[in-house]
Amino acid sequence: MDINEIIKPENLVYTKPRLMNDNPMHYCPGCSHGVVHKLIAEVIEEMGIEEDTIGIAPVGCAVFAYNYLDIDWIEAAHGRAPAIATAVKRLNPKKMVFTYQGDGDLAAIGTAETIHACNRGENIVIIFINNGIYGMTGGQMAPTTLEGMVTSTCPYGRNVALNGYPLRIAELVERVDGTCYITRQSVHTPASIRKAKKAIRLAFENAMAGKGTSLVEVVSTCNSGWKMTPVNANKWMEENMFAKYPMGDLKNV
Amino acid sequence: MKEEIIIAGFGGQGVLSMGKILAYSGLMEDKEVTWMPSYGPEQRGGTANVTVILSDERISSPVLNAFDIAVILNQPSLEKFESKVKPGGILIYDGYGIHHPPTRTDINIYRINAMEAAIEMNNIKALNMIVLGGLLKLKPMVSLENVLKGLKKSLPERHHHLIPINEQAILKGMEIIKKA
Amino acid sequence: MKEDIKLMKGNEAIAHAAIRYGADGYFGYPITPQSEVMETLMEEMPWETTGMVVLQAESEVAAINMVYGGASCGKAVMTSSSSPGVSLKQEGISYLAGAELPCLIVNVMRGGPGLGTIQPSQADYFQATKGGGHGDYHLITLAPASVQEMADFVALGFDLAFKYRNPAIILADGIIGQMMEKVVLPPFRKRRTEEKIRAQNPWATLGKPKGRKRNVITSLELDPAIMEQNNIRFQATYKRISENEIRFEEINCENADYLIVAFGSMSRICQKTIELAAEEGLKIGLLRPITLWPFPSEAIANHANHVKGILSAELNAGQMVEDVRLAVNGKVKVEHFGRLGGIVPTPDEVLNALKEKLM
Repeated sequence: MDINEIIKPENLVYTKPRLMNDNPMHYCPGCSHGVVHKLIAEVIEEMGIEEDTIGIAPVGCAVFAYNYLDIDWIEAAHGRAPAIATAVKRLNPKKMVFTYQGDGDLAAIGTAETIHACNRGENIVIIFINNGIYGMTGGQMAPTTLEGMVTSTCPYGRNVALNGYPLRIAELVERVDGTCYITRQSVHTPASIRKAKKAIRLAFENAMAGKGTSLVEVVSTCNSGWKMTPVNANKWMEENMFAKYPMGDLKNV
Repeated sequence: MKEEIIIAGFGGQGVLSMGKILAYSGLMEDKEVTWMPSYGPEQRGGTANVTVILSDERISSPVLNAFDIAVILNQPSLEKFESKVKPGGILIYDGYGIHHPPTRTDINIYRINAMEAAIEMNNIKALNMIVLGGLLKLKPMVSLENVLKGLKKSLPERHHHLIPINEQAILKGMEIIKKA
Repeated sequence: MKEDIKLMKGNEAIAHAAIRYGADGYFGYPITPQSEVMETLMEEMPWETTGMVVLQAESEVAAINMVYGGASCGKAVMTSSSSPGVSLKQEGISYLAGAELPCLIVNVMRGGPGLGTIQPSQADYFQATKGGGHGDYHLITLAPASVQEMADFVALGFDLAFKYRNPAIILADGIIGQMMEKVVLPPFRKRRTEEKIRAQNPWATLGKPKGRKRNVITSLELDPAIMEQNNIRFQATYKRISENEIRFEEINCENADYLIVAFGSMSRICQKTIELAAEEGLKIGLLRPITLWPFPSEAIANHANHVKGILSAELNAGQMVEDVRLAVNGKVKVEHFGRLGGIVPTPDEVLNALKEKLM
């Protein structure tokens, strides 16, 4: 069978979402970002809101999210995405506005912006990629780094006496009255990917319905930063990360 | 016409609002006006003062080294501003808070027992309007009619029923001010 | 009396002028001596009339980033603060400049450094005119000297910001913010519709219609060759602004023997100084820069040809004097007079300083 036989339209079983362009991704092989990007693109496409969606990109590995999804984007200063999203949504109440942030961006430098956007009940979606490490800058300790976990700034493992405890953001903002949907997902198996997509879809629908702030935490791997193969990273995540950051909905009102 | 005035006293004596009413009255007479307050924590209990300038021409500095008129409602303010009155200028003080009266001989000094009168009127809040009345008796720089208009402008609507009491206070002040 | 003549504080004038300009949003955080800006906006409730959004942010950092978000959408958005708060905003301001976004920032200066004092100061001159945050950039810096100019510079600031896609700042101080004067408020203008913004600001991130490329607002560019080109473009903008937007006022400068250069509230004090000087028979002129950046260097240099000395009078330890000296380039003696930490000099103090330093 030659190639032209194979690529006939009737043989098509999967296609990437139209909103994902052909720019080569800078993410490491095995990284979770690409999967989450794809899910967001699919949700926007399926909801038919691509002309009215504005994404806010963080500082961190996803800083270049705007290179891959074919919608309007604003690149935020480190941690400030929820403040930016607040203004964009308030000034354009009919638009779909979401932030896409990592653990350093959202849970360290941007903690105040995160909590207060949630507390005001901004009608936005916060996609929170939690892989327990600073990827972009080369594997330093994050607020979500697990106890004992080795990074370049806790080379002997995170010591709570020195560094404090891993910060559970989902549990924190679940307590905040402005939030309507707080969930924790992963994208390391086909089943978990399907569930994560449903969660993202619900979050986007909440924002458009004006129900308050939704936060979708995606517990992710950083196999480069963790210095593991992608398969081992997934395994390590299941065995370690899920204990501290359990899967499922924390709040759905 | 140009009058450069300092009004000074304790916070809560209505120093800033007296200045404000004077400024609004000036506005009603199409004058140029500047109202420059001391601001910050001293408003909340400490000493407060406000510079009010009424003029037929463009006003330059809101900060002044000397004043045509000083209205003084407490001792610390007297100590601070007595020397800043221009020779030939006017100093008005309320007898109540002043233990060491002004001593200059090259200015015109008036005393107004406004606090006493306010207590008699059963309305301590009228103190500043009594003083304003005294000031306007000496220097009718704005008409009573425009003062009342100014009051209307500067007071929120829910306080407009107080305007007649304020008018009484102004008239009282005109009556009781006397050369010290 | 005309209906729109009001007596109000400079801070209140900023708020009313913003509503009347048709501003889309204000984001702020309370700090003395400028809290009346947000207080007035909240009392006026413009969201019920013009549709203007007013939001009290959790910090100055959040507020300036809200401005960044609003400006990204091509909206006319602003923030106001005072010195310590404006320091917090510097990160966001650098990003706004780097992303070529128009917006209006108001700094009602107080004395520093640190928490300093709440009394008036002009010690943020360097911060406003030389950048303030990181990177090579400038803010269009307007220095109001009256409550009227507080009102007028809102529209001017927004218009210049949009004309050049660059943040503008109103650099006022506690005196201008707190004092009340007569002010004629500008007429009401309608807020721009989304269609109009899309037409006038095609870069705005309002959602990507089919057929146009996605809009990305960013200050990031990792390829240094492209980043250099970006910077060259910024510098070209700054050059255009410098060529077209210098504003200043001259009082009695023509036959003056001495010149005072002063801005904002200090220029008001110095107006009185030259009145006092004239009473003594001294011919002193006053040049008041209205734009601090771009700076009226040429006008000052011209006066250097006929005056015997120049005094730069400021509420700081000597900041604008550096720009005056650069302009004069050694042609004539330039001295600085300033009071620090929130102390405001009287007009005669300035006159005495001029005599002492220049005569």
